[in-house]
Amino acid sequence: MAVPKRKMSRSNTRSRRSQWKAAAVSLVSCPQCRSPKRPHMACPTCGTYNRRQVIEPSA
Amino acid sequence: MPRPTKGARLGGSPAHEKLILANLATQLFQHGRIKTTETKAKRLRPLAEKLITKAKKGDMHNRRQVLTVVRDKSVVHHLFTEIAPTFAERPGGYTRITKIGQRKGDAAPMAVIELVTEALNQVSVSKAPASPKATVTEAPAEETTEAVTEAPAEETVEATEAPAEETAEAPAEETEAKKDNA
Repeated sequence: MAVPKRKMSRSNTRSRRSQWKAAAVSLVSCPQCRSPKRPHMACPTCGTYNRRQVIEPSA
Repeated sequence: MPRPTKGARLGGSPAHEKLILANLATQLFQHGRIKTTETKAKRLRPLAEKLITKAKKGDMHNRRQVLTVVRDKSVVHHLFTEIAPTFAERPGGYTRITKIGQRKGDAAPMAVIELVTEALNQVSVSKAPASPKATVTEAPAEETTEAVTEAPAEETVEATEAPAEETAEAPAEETEAKKDNA
């Protein structure tokens, strides 16, 4: 079985981990209540999608 | 060669998958709208619409075919006598899926799938120049059904809204159109 010959340095470990990044969620403003919401999804604040009431509002 | 069913496989076995979809269809016809995961909603849509098409034909053979999926006779009766007549002049597109974000426990993307209850409205011409990009990508046949699912109030709204709003609307419609084609 292939095994690592050398211990990986902290520098190399940290360089690799510097690429672990979270992507920002894209947001649009709700046409109904103007609060930010995810595109193509019902607004969690007012519960509408395309101005149609889909779910009961959270607030 | 058989073409695999579109969408994700559900459950642990083909029998389990059939059972999940049959139960979802039963609940959808019973309640009119159900909340489920996006994946299940996407698998349910073609099945439910085929059952409604059978219900619209309304004869005994079609009723027996529906009964092989929806085992509850009272639900099938409701489907044939109350749901099917409301879709009499609608040429397909009987259900609507709206994404509602992630579930708290496991962050599964959830959706609401519902029977379309809005009246069938004819497409108006005022919308076409407002979003030329959307009309190009949409098929001509799609145009009528798409306008149907969207409330007529939206057209007046779009005219008054800012153009930034317009760009947000256009991709949404395209994805809708793609899903409907699928």
